[in-house]
Amino acid sequence: MVQLLDLPPVLPEAQDAEAGASKFCPGCGHGMVLKTLAFAIDDLNIKDKTVFGCDIGCSLLSWNYMDVDSVQTHHGRTTPVIYGVTRANPEVIGIAYMGDGGGLAIGAQHLVNASVRGEKMLAILVNNTNYGMTGGQMAPTTMPGQRTETTPYGRDCDVTGKPAKGAEMVSAIVNPEKAYVARASVSNLRALRKTFKKALKNVEQGGFSFVEVLSVCPLNWRTNNVDTWNRLKTMEEFFEVKEFVTREGLE
Amino acid sequence: MVNKLIKEDTKMFLTGNEVLAYAANAADAEFMYGYPITPQNEIMHTWCKLLPKTEAGFLQTEDEISAGFSTIGGILAGKRAFTATAGPGNVIMQDAMSMAEMMRIPFVCAVMQRGGPSTATVIYAQQETTLTCFGGNGEGFRIVYSTAGHQDLFDYMIKAFNTAWKYRFPTFVLADGYQGKMREPVMLYDPASRGIKMEPTPAELLPKGKIGVDRSANHLRNTFNMEEELMEVLDQYQVDFDKMAEEIAEYEEYKADDAEVLIIAHGIVARSARTAIDELRAKGVKVGLFRPITVRPLAVKPLRKACERSKQILFTESANGQLARMVLEKIYGITTPYSTLYKMGVGVTGDDLVQKVESMVKEPAVI
Repeated sequence: MVQLLDLPPVLPEAQDAEAGASKFCPGCGHGMVLKTLAFAIDDLNIKDKTVFGCDIGCSLLSWNYMDVDSVQTHHGRTTPVIYGVTRANPEVIGIAYMGDGGGLAIGAQHLVNASVRGEKMLAILVNNTNYGMTGGQMAPTTMPGQRTETTPYGRDCDVTGKPAKGAEMVSAIVNPEKAYVARASVSNLRALRKTFKKALKNVEQGGFSFVEVLSVCPLNWRTNNVDTWNRLKTMEEFFEVKEFVTREGLE
Repeated sequence: MVNKLIKEDTKMFLTGNEVLAYAANAADAEFMYGYPITPQNEIMHTWCKLLPKTEAGFLQTEDEISAGFSTIGGILAGKRAFTATAGPGNVIMQDAMSMAEMMRIPFVCAVMQRGGPSTATVIYAQQETTLTCFGGNGEGFRIVYSTAGHQDLFDYMIKAFNTAWKYRFPTFVLADGYQGKMREPVMLYDPASRGIKMEPTPAELLPKGKIGVDRSANHLRNTFNMEEELMEVLDQYQVDFDKMAEEIAEYEEYKADDAEVLIIAHGIVARSARTAIDELRAKGVKVGLFRPITVRPLAVKPLRKACERSKQILFTESANGQLARMVLEKIYGITTPYSTLYKMGVGVTGDDLVQKVESMVKEPAVI
C-alpha cells in the first residue's frame, strides 16, 4: 500500500504525540529505539502499568518522549530508581533506559547487581560506541582503533582494554530461568520490536530483561549516511546480534 | 499497609538504632532500602528481624548510591520509604539526596555520624553536620533534626516522615554512633495516641487513572534547558523553604534566660552541656544552653535573642565548628564575644565543659 505524505505519521500510543519534534540530533538512533519500544508497549497493552526511567547523557532527552509515567534520573542511576519503583510496587513494568556509559561505566555496579538479583525490570542499553551528549568521548564500548575526543589517535586496546560487551556480561550472571538477554540493532527495527516484546513479556512474568541496542551517532562519528550504515554493520560483526538468554513462553 | 508493632505505650530499653526501626514502623513506613555501614547497621538488622510481623519491605542494595536512588524510586511509587547511612556512605548518597532536593522528593534518611574525613572511625562524631545540611551540588533545601537521645530518636523519626511529605524537602534525622549503639529507656507509642496523623504518600509514578483518559502521563525531570528556567524554580523553592522554616524550626533552651555564658551545642553534646550547666549552676556560675534541634533551618529569632542577652558564647562540638559556622552567619551583627571547645570526632564531656566555662569566667572571650 502506498501511504500518502499528507497522512499523519503512524505513532504508537505509548509515544507522546504532544511532545513535539524529537530533540535528538539528526540521524540519531535514539528516536528509532524509543519509537520501537513504544510500539512494543502497545503490542502488549501495558502502557498503564509501565514506568519509564531515563539516564543522563543523550538518553535524558527521552524524558517526555513516551506517553507513560517517566522519570529522569542521574547519570548511571536509572537502574536503582527503577528497581526501587518495582520493589515498592511489583505490579509495575519498569524500564530503565540508558547509554553505554550509564550501563557499563558509571552505572555498571547497578546493572551487575540488578542482573544478579533478577530485578523485575527491563534495562535497555543503547550502544553507540561513544559518549554523545558530552561531545564524543571514548565509551566502554568504543571500537578498537575508533577515534573519539579522548582517543584522538584511535582507541588503543593495550592502554584502555577491549570494548565492553554488555549482553555477554549480563548473560553470564543472570538466572537463566528468569531472564531474557539480547543484543539487537537499529538496522532491523522489526526484529528490535520482537526483541522488546519478548523482553517486556519476561518482565511481566516477573523476570529481569536486558536488551543492548546497537545504535548510531553520525554527529560525533562525523559520518555521512553511507559511512554511518557501514559502521553500524562493522559494529554488528564485533558485537554479536542475537538472543543470549531466553525462556519458554515469550513468543 | 504494614502491621504496627506498637499499639499502646510501651517502655523499652533499646539501642538508638533499634529505636529508629521501631519509630519507622510506628510512622507506617513501608519500605527500607539500605546498605551496610557502621554505626547504623542495626537499623537495618532490626527492620529485617521485624519483617515477618510488620510485613514491610526491605532491599539490601549494592551501595549507598543505589540505596538512595532506590529509596527515591519507592517514594515515587507512593510508598513511605526511607534509608539510613553514615560517614562515607553519607558522602556517596549525596548523589541521590541532591536529586531529591531538586525534584522535591520527600526523602527520609537517618544519619548516624562517625568520624571523618574518609573512613576515619566507625564510632562517633558530629562531622557530618555540614554534609547533611548542605551536601550535593545545591543550596541545602533540606530539613535536619539533630537528636540528643533515644526519646528524640523515636519522636523525630516519626516527625521526619511527616515533615518530608508535608513540605517535600529531603528530611534527615541526624544522630551519631553513640546514640545508635547506646541503650536507654525509651517510651514507644502509636503516633495516633499523641494526636499525630501521618501525612498521605501519594504516588507520582502510576497514580490512579488511565493515561489519556483520566490524566496525562507524568513526566518528572531534573534537567533544565535554560539558566533562567532553573532560577525560577529555585527561587520558588527558596520562598517555600523560608515559609516552611518558620513553621518547623525547633530549639531547646536550658537555663538560658539569665545565662551569662551561653553554650551553643547540638545533638548529644547538648546533653553533656546540661550536665555541665547543673554542676556550674551549683557553684553559682550563670550558664545556660541553646540547642538547635533543627540544625537546618535554624530557629534564627530565638537564637539571636539568646545570643544577644548573654555576655559570652561557647560553641562546642565533636567537630571543628560545623554548627558554629551556620550559627555565626545567622547572628551577624551581634557582638557578644565567643570561645570554642571543638573535639574533632571525639565526645565532649560535662567535665570538659565545666573546665572550659570556668576558664571563660576567669578570662573572658575576646573574639
